[in-house]
Amino acid sequence: MPSFTVHTVLIVSAVLFVLGLIGVLTRKNVIFMLISVEIMLNAAGLAFVAAGAKWQQPDGQVMFLFILAMAAAEVSIGLALVLQIYHQHKTLDVENITALKDEAVDEMV
Amino acid sequence: MHQYLYLIPALPLLGFLILSLAGKHLHKRVIAWIGAGTIGAAALITILLGIEFLQSPPASGAYTQLLWNWFSAGQLSVAVSITADALTLVFIFVITFVGALIHIYSTAFMRRDRDYARFFASMNLFVCSMLVLVMADNLVLLYLGWEGVGLCSYLLIGFWYETPANCHAANKAFYITRIGDTAMAIGLFLLFKELGSLHIATIIEQAPKHFEAGDTHITLIALLLLAGGIGKSAQLPLQTWLPDAMAGPSPVSALIHAATMVTAGVYLIARMHTLFQLSPVSMTVVAVIGALTLFIAGCSAMVQTDIKRILAYSTISQIGYMFLALGVGAWSAAIFHFFTHAFFKALLFLAAGAVIEALHHEHNIFKMGGLKNSMRVVFLTFLAGAASLAALPLVTAGFFSKDPILWYAWGAANGNPFLWILAIAGAFITAFYSTRLMLVVFWGERKTPVGDHPGKWMTVPLVILGIGSVAAGFIEWPHNLVHFTLFSEQVQKVLPAVVLKQNLPSELIFQGIAALVTFAGLYTGYVLYYSNKGILEGWRQSAALLAIRNFLLGGWGFDDLYHALFVQPFLFITRINKKDVFDRLYNGIAQANININRLLSLTQNGSLRWYIAGVLLGILFIITMQLL
Repeated sequence: MPSFTVHTVLIVSAVLFVLGLIGVLTRKNVIFMLISVEIMLNAAGLAFVAAGAKWQQPDGQVMFLFILAMAAAEVSIGLALVLQIYHQHKTLDVENITALKDEAVDEMV
Repeated sequence: MHQYLYLIPALPLLGFLILSLAGKHLHKRVIAWIGAGTIGAAALITILLGIEFLQSPPASGAYTQLLWNWFSAGQLSVAVSITADALTLVFIFVITFVGALIHIYSTAFMRRDRDYARFFASMNLFVCSMLVLVMADNLVLLYLGWEGVGLCSYLLIGFWYETPANCHAANKAFYITRIGDTAMAIGLFLLFKELGSLHIATIIEQAPKHFEAGDTHITLIALLLLAGGIGKSAQLPLQTWLPDAMAGPSPVSALIHAATMVTAGVYLIARMHTLFQLSPVSMTVVAVIGALTLFIAGCSAMVQTDIKRILAYSTISQIGYMFLALGVGAWSAAIFHFFTHAFFKALLFLAAGAVIEALHHEHNIFKMGGLKNSMRVVFLTFLAGAASLAALPLVTAGFFSKDPILWYAWGAANGNPFLWILAIAGAFITAFYSTRLMLVVFWGERKTPVGDHPGKWMTVPLVILGIGSVAAGFIEWPHNLVHFTLFSEQVQKVLPAVVLKQNLPSELIFQGIAALVTFAGLYTGYVLYYSNKGILEGWRQSAALLAIRNFLLGGWGFDDLYHALFVQPFLFITRINKKDVFDRLYNGIAQANININRLLSLTQNGSLRWYIAGVLLGILFIITMQLL
């Protein structure tokens, strides 16, 4: 079993997080944004596991289980919302889904 | 019966409570029974009470019932206590009896209105307030009824509130009567300060001991009370609200003009007659106001074209006669005129309502005409009412009540020939415009087809009131003709008898002149509007006469005068005060908030990416703060 230093794992986790973040910020499709959010969540989970290994405590793995459960719930709600968005707007492009915009902004600009 | 005295105001109040709380869930038939039934029951009790009063008068001259103690503060203790003496009984009888007939008529007249329950609730409260006003044995309770009447008139004049003009008329009635009410309240404060009591019987008893005749205090009090009466009774100079009050449904006009509201001022002055007698100045003021009002309003009634406005001006004019009678000290003559006036004026308004409804809400009399044969019952009853208004000698109630007033305007100790001349001119005018009204509406060719004919619930009250308009006068004959004076015998138990001048010419001469003048008025109306219409056409060509006509049509320009004197300066002051320092401060705060709001709403642009970036920046900011 190859051994990793905590340092390396944390770097990988940070890279994953930033990748996810970039995905969320740049992707147009809502489903891809959701996937990017999942990546960010897993990056956070990886950091927890690494920290748990470093301190020889079970807490890190417990937290990962929490994140897993939370991610599952989030995905189910998120996909339901995506379905509804598609039903109502016939598109999944976030650029076109701006129904919550304040009308007053248009008047002023 | 007198142990049931409290039921007379309580029954209408009960009707009001039921209808206002549960009216929306009741069937129209039930509402009609509650609305008209409570007033009818009160009328029945009043009639039984009146019979008992005539057969075995109470020793003190009044039935009194203490219901409960309202409040006491310092030396002032006010009880909710009602009393009924001869004067009050006359008023209660008219209010409940005529009121009941108006309610019965309304059950049919308002049948298509969707706010049926609200209408009857307001009407019941109106009657209840007026009953409280006349039955109160202290001035605080009287003032409660007084304000209640004002409130209900506001509610009913603005009954069809969806038309802005109606709301405007309701507001006008409320504001203008409020001027009088305020003056009256100050008068009550002064009275309490001087006498330490607001109990009416105590005031009547104490006032002659406390004040000397002609004392400035008593004059001031009397004039302030008079101002209250002027406001409610639509006398000069606060008369402008009444013609506009025609915005309400016709039964409301009938109720306001005949049974409630406008006669409150007459009641107040009659009730407080001791105070007025102590102040000759105020008596003269009452008489002069009455005489001027009856003349001015009569002139305006001559040229109106709206059937209800004609009747409104004639009410102002007839109340003017009552004030004139009060002013010259002919107390019972004033009350008697109130009594007969209630019958014929209620009749005229209800009949006018029937005509207006039949002609598809046409108010202009010159678009009516030829209704003599097509609306037989309405025609005959209207004829009885108009003849009574014109005071046709010996056959109508109006003659029996107006003739003594004309006589006392000269013959009473306070009377003088000028008052008489105005009164006799008013009699001519009244006869003239009554004839004009009859001829234009019922004779000539038909101009608008007749729609609905009134049903039996509308015609029966008309017939009863028509009989009253003719027969109500027979209970009081001019004492030089037939010695039968039931009415004044009863009323003079409460009010003092009239004092006559010495060495007067015979009363019969005055009666002859009055009768002649009435016939002259009738004949003038007949010539101008029936036999020789060409004369009027000729007059219409003259610019000067047209200008006079328009001046009279607008009610002598009082509305414009008040607009220029009070409304415009007030608006001017509000306009120049619009931009003072305080307003700038508050406007500045409001403006700053609006600007910040605009700035912040820029961030709510609907772009998900923008929000995520915002969250990210926030997290970075928090983490940075943690690290620092």
